[in-house]
Amino acid sequence: MAKKNEFWQLKLYVAGQTPKSVTALANIQKYCEEHLNGQYKIEIIDLLKNPQLAEGDQILAIPTLVRKVPVPIRKIIGDLSNEEKVLVGLDIKPFKPKT
Amino acid sequence: MIKKSEKHRFSSPTVLEKSPSGIAGLDEITEGGLPKGRPTLICGGAGCGKTLFGMQFLVKGITEYNEPGVFMSFEEPTEDLEKNMISLGFDIKKLAAQKKLKIDHVMVERSEIEETGEYDLEGLFIRLGHAIDSIGAKRVVLDTIESLFAGLTNTSILRAELRRLFHWLKHKGVTAIITGERGESSFTRQGLEEYVSDCVILLDFRVIDQISTRRLRIVKYRGSTHGTNEYPFLIDEQGVSVFPITSLRLDHEVSDKIVSTGIKKLDDMFSRGGYFQGSSILISGTAGTAKTTLASYFAQETCQRGGKTLFFAFEESPNQLIRNMSSIGIDLKAYVDKGLLQIHSSRPTLYGLEMHLLTLNKLIKDFKPKSVIIDPISNLVSIGNEREVSSFLVRLIDLLKVNNITALFTSLTQQNINAFNEQTEESISSLVDTWITVRDVEGIGERNRGLFILKARGMGHSNQVREFLIKDEGIDLLELEIGPEGMLTGSARGEFQKTQSVQKLRKQKQVESKDREIERKRKILDANIHAMQTEFESVVEELNKLEIEEQELKKKIPSPLKSKKR
Repeated sequence: MAKKNEFWQLKLYVAGQTPKSVTALANIQKYCEEHLNGQYKIEIIDLLKNPQLAEGDQILAIPTLVRKVPVPIRKIIGDLSNEEKVLVGLDIKPFKPKT
Repeated sequence: MIKKSEKHRFSSPTVLEKSPSGIAGLDEITEGGLPKGRPTLICGGAGCGKTLFGMQFLVKGITEYNEPGVFMSFEEPTEDLEKNMISLGFDIKKLAAQKKLKIDHVMVERSEIEETGEYDLEGLFIRLGHAIDSIGAKRVVLDTIESLFAGLTNTSILRAELRRLFHWLKHKGVTAIITGERGESSFTRQGLEEYVSDCVILLDFRVIDQISTRRLRIVKYRGSTHGTNEYPFLIDEQGVSVFPITSLRLDHEVSDKIVSTGIKKLDDMFSRGGYFQGSSILISGTAGTAKTTLASYFAQETCQRGGKTLFFAFEESPNQLIRNMSSIGIDLKAYVDKGLLQIHSSRPTLYGLEMHLLTLNKLIKDFKPKSVIIDPISNLVSIGNEREVSSFLVRLIDLLKVNNITALFTSLTQQNINAFNEQTEESISSLVDTWITVRDVEGIGERNRGLFILKARGMGHSNQVREFLIKDEGIDLLELEIGPEGMLTGSARGEFQKTQSVQKLRKQKQVESKDREIERKRKILDANIHAMQTEFESVVEELNKLEIEEQELKKKIPSPLKSKKR
């Protein structure tokens, strides 16, 4: 579980309302609700509207989830369907089998 | 998909539109440049110049053809690129500030990225699309897109996306260069040539005998003919330049002008009185037969006429050459100071043949000489094999001929009387127009220099072997002297001349004594005639006297007959 004083700032890069993006958004919202109890913020960036933003965060793949805070920056690409991987990737929870 | 470009094509429907590459020589091989609006794959090993190739394509596109470009780097950060390219004379920062060039460094860090589930590379497309649209780019370079394979694990997605990317580029109508690292068995590690199939150019970097040569080959060019050979190319402070060898045709203009050899008596050995302007001359000979001296004479002659001369000395430094030539009265220094003569000295092994050719090419373009002297070309053999030297010389001579520059080469041959089958000579003899051989004539304990013309295309020439001397005041060609045993040189010539003058003197003496004898005889004759005449006269006188006496007698005695008649 998240520590009390930590705050997660997440950015989800998408390109229009593709099925993959919609799935990814739904997934990350679900995980955050479950594990970060309100200590998070998800910003959705649509590159079709703001293409110039892709360069700053070195976005290649869509969808990409970027964890800006806490550092270091982590990126997770794909529709985030694997909860375990996302949580480990975001460093929300160390990898260990569920009890 | 390429309907846009098809619209422009109606003027010449059969010809594929091409985009000039901005790389010297490449457009000649590709007959116009890279396929316009299509991607081109450039592959090669590490350090063979792929990035530079791409960057030059963009920079020249901006500066020469006013086509903005996007450089998407998957390897080098923008700052590094800027620094690297400034050393080659490309000011990327300035072009970027002018909104002509956009550099986007795509960084793929595996440790930062976690993959889960389905994704696509739409982000890359958007970035590229945004970059293209923001400056209206016509040219795009993707520098080693294969780096993506190192950063992302799902190769099946990557492959599908790359295929989509190339189609998308075509659809955008941009002329693109995609670089790829050379693979083990295929042109690129990830087999990109399967997707980018319009034009594939292979770069190669080989070291043979410690001398490196870069080569380029067009593997494939859809819809166009192209040169198929491997062409050497160079990277220097002005970027990439390619030298096509076989695309050179023998269609240069020829001149009917004659230029002097610099030596009056040598001119006389040619029926037209010198070399043709723009022809190539070879002076071959063994060591120490004054090849450089003959070459210097020609340099002097050109400079005296106000023409510029480029002198490549592979054996001597400029100062040494000037000093040596001043010892026989050729003042090269004066012409150097006037800017009419440039002497370039370097060891042939300093760099490969291609670099030499490029240096020459550049100097010829900058200096615009009337004559070029290379002393000696045989030294170049030390840095290339026979075939390479031969191809080098073909290109060099063609280069000079196209520019109507008279070229004079010297060549060192082995000490062998019949050394006409020597390596360098064999490769050059058919290329040169005029061939003068200087050689040692040995005999009676001395060596003398002999000179003769082996061939002179387009004019008659003397068949004589002429001895020549190098004195303080310069070269002197001596008249041919034939003795009972053939050509005479050196002291034999002197001996022969002495004998001849003694004989002449003797003959003159004989003639003189004969003359005197005749004179004497004439005097005797005259005396005899005089005596006889005197004798005759005295007889006549006597006779006269008698006659007178008789008449007087007759007067005294009266004629009886007369009185009788009365």
